[in-house]
Amino acid sequence: MQEHDMTWVRTEMALAEPPPRTEAGLVAWIRKNLFATPLDSLLTVFCALVVAWILPQILGWSIFNAVWTGTDRTACLTVDQGGSLPVGWSGACWAFVNAKFSQFMFGRYPIEERWRVILTAVIFVALLAPLLIPRAPYKRLNAILFFAVFPFVAFYLLVGGFFGLPYVETALWGGLLVTLVLSYVGIVVSLPLGIVLALGRRSKMPIIKLLCVIFIEAVRGVPLVTVLFMASFMLPLFVPPGMTFDKFLRALIGVALFASAYMAEVIRGGLQAIPKGQYEGADSLGLGYWQKMGLIVMPQALKLVIPGIVNTFIGMFKDTTLVLIISMFDLLGIVKQNLSDANWATPQTAKSGLVFAAIVFWLFCFGMSRYSIYMERRLDTGHRR
Amino acid sequence: MAAQDVTRAQESNKTSPLYDPRVRSIFFQVLLVLLLVLGIWWIVDNTIENLRRSNISTGFGFLRGRAGFDISTSLISYTSDSTYGRALLVGILNTLVVAITGIITATILGFLIGVARLSRNWLLRKIAMVYVEIFRNIPPLLVIFFWYLGVLAILPAPRDSIGLPFGSYLNSRGFYFPRFIWEQGAWLVLAGLAVGIVLTWFVARRAKVRQLATGQQFPVFWTGLGLIVGFPLLGFVLAGFPLTLEFPQAGTFNLTGGFNVKPEFLSLYLALSFYTAAFIAEIVRAGIMGVSKGQSEAASALGLHPGKVLRLVVIPQALRIIIPPLTSQYLNLTKNSSLAVAIGYPDLYAIGGTILNQTGQAIEIVVIFMVIYLSISLLTSLFMNWFNAKMALKER
Repeated sequence: MQEHDMTWVRTEMALAEPPPRTEAGLVAWIRKNLFATPLDSLLTVFCALVVAWILPQILGWSIFNAVWTGTDRTACLTVDQGGSLPVGWSGACWAFVNAKFSQFMFGRYPIEERWRVILTAVIFVALLAPLLIPRAPYKRLNAILFFAVFPFVAFYLLVGGFFGLPYVETALWGGLLVTLVLSYVGIVVSLPLGIVLALGRRSKMPIIKLLCVIFIEAVRGVPLVTVLFMASFMLPLFVPPGMTFDKFLRALIGVALFASAYMAEVIRGGLQAIPKGQYEGADSLGLGYWQKMGLIVMPQALKLVIPGIVNTFIGMFKDTTLVLIISMFDLLGIVKQNLSDANWATPQTAKSGLVFAAIVFWLFCFGMSRYSIYMERRLDTGHRR
Repeated sequence: MAAQDVTRAQESNKTSPLYDPRVRSIFFQVLLVLLLVLGIWWIVDNTIENLRRSNISTGFGFLRGRAGFDISTSLISYTSDSTYGRALLVGILNTLVVAITGIITATILGFLIGVARLSRNWLLRKIAMVYVEIFRNIPPLLVIFFWYLGVLAILPAPRDSIGLPFGSYLNSRGFYFPRFIWEQGAWLVLAGLAVGIVLTWFVARRAKVRQLATGQQFPVFWTGLGLIVGFPLLGFVLAGFPLTLEFPQAGTFNLTGGFNVKPEFLSLYLALSFYTAAFIAEIVRAGIMGVSKGQSEAASALGLHPGKVLRLVVIPQALRIIIPPLTSQYLNLTKNSSLAVAIGYPDLYAIGGTILNQTGQAIEIVVIFMVIYLSISLLTSLFMNWFNAKMALKER
């Protein structure tokens, strides 16, 4: 055996060299992402200038120059307009939002009864939150409570009229309350109705298929305003004389029908994406139509189209603002109504009120879209790596 | 074998018709039709009864009646003495104007923002993202109100109009810009334009034939641009400059002359374009990302420079993904134009509502709405389907 000379063999590892200066660190990142080419540099400078011009204006208007407290319009007027602020001042009049806040939330709901709305909201959140958190237990019970029991409880609490609660007519409802009730009912009604319509459209029975196609295409082809218009002017013509519909109920019917046509198309997309083998597999197991759809096809199809379903929800949430046109006061409607309050008439009132409404709508819609992305990732059991 | 068939046939004979899918399907459909007929009969009966009670006439005869109301914006001549039918026509045209201008602007804006979202430039990418996230998540009606009540309504009164370049003005009554007045001989310009377009078409065809035969390329774009701009210019000069501009003049209380775009139209147009552009941007982004990277790498490997890679390889494939959802955005924009009623822009829906208030003929008005909106939708989707088929992958 030959003796190995170990003197030339290194016993400890060499330390890693730091990466080249041009490839790591802040400078490299800036070079790569902001100044890669001359055109890029030009764009960056231009964008930076735009941001530097707009951002201080937005921040100044909404925060630094804004008026937060005040009792009437003089708080938000400049000297030449009859107030006390310096000439040329431009800032948000949050005092207006502050003063009208409870109206924006509840509309003209009687003040001594507003605890009922708050209680309903608390129950709503308490039921919704565990439903949204995937790890929370008792999902089935929770879902039953949320979708089947809660509507009745909410109806009793909000409308009242029996068991000791005084009756509050829906004409007094308004603000965020109306927006949320319309969207909740729209969602709860449109999902099952959409599933039925989608199944009908893919059914082999020609008459059922034809009817579903006519309904879906007719509703999708016209604006929601027209559907609401129909619901508010034509429904009263369709029922026997003497029978009246609540205006709120008419709007609810309109929104729910409209949303279910869109929902049906989304779900149909999911149904079409399920391979034929799944249907045939279910048939060969001897499952009936409803078992096949309920146990095999629907769970897969609905999972596929979660983004589409949530998009429809977001669209519907935004569309509830249109009830303003049939003179009902949802959040946007009540903000707009309050803009004409002479007590608060300033050049900044309209902008402030509308920006406030925009922020509320944005928070809800953005929250829904983020949640759908989260759910999509969680449910993604595909074989992507 | 034969024996088995016999037993199977006997078995199938034995199953009760109650469990035969065909019998069941016929039964359910008949049941549904019966229910539907009963329901419709009930509704029609009630409606006739209700209409009789409130003394509302039926039929479309009312369209020939005198309208009696004024319309602020009209493309065709209209007075309050015109008929209801003409008022509706004004409404349809106004809807179309908003829809078409909105679609063009939203498409341009949407494509720019969609490409910006894919830019390598971090700042540009983030700005585009903020834009998309803001506008996708607020209701279009709110955007309309924002422009109308928050921005345009607090512009200065006409006497302190903001002067803009090219003799145009901006004030609380809208946007004023010079009106073109064509004089005699203006047809030569139009004729020049037509000749230019026809010639460009021929040049493009010849160039394609030649490239397919010999491989030689011809600068079609620049030639075409020269022809299409050159011929009308030639016509313009030949006819002796038949154009004068009528500038808006500042009067004591208002601006006179010039062309006035009303704030109602401006806010609707701006809001619909900005709102829809956010959706189109996302569609464009998805479309470009949907073209696999191998395509652009292969194109580069063939020696095409980046501009040609984009124009000849990436965009034609991305368009296939983009067109179908783009169509539905166009339809959405058209349908959203009915929000005009909230700020008093006289579109089809607003005028229909006024007519309904005057005549009470709800059913006829709703039928008119349905027919017109559905035909606009159908025409748009037919056009886009044709465009889609033209762009689709040609497979053998």
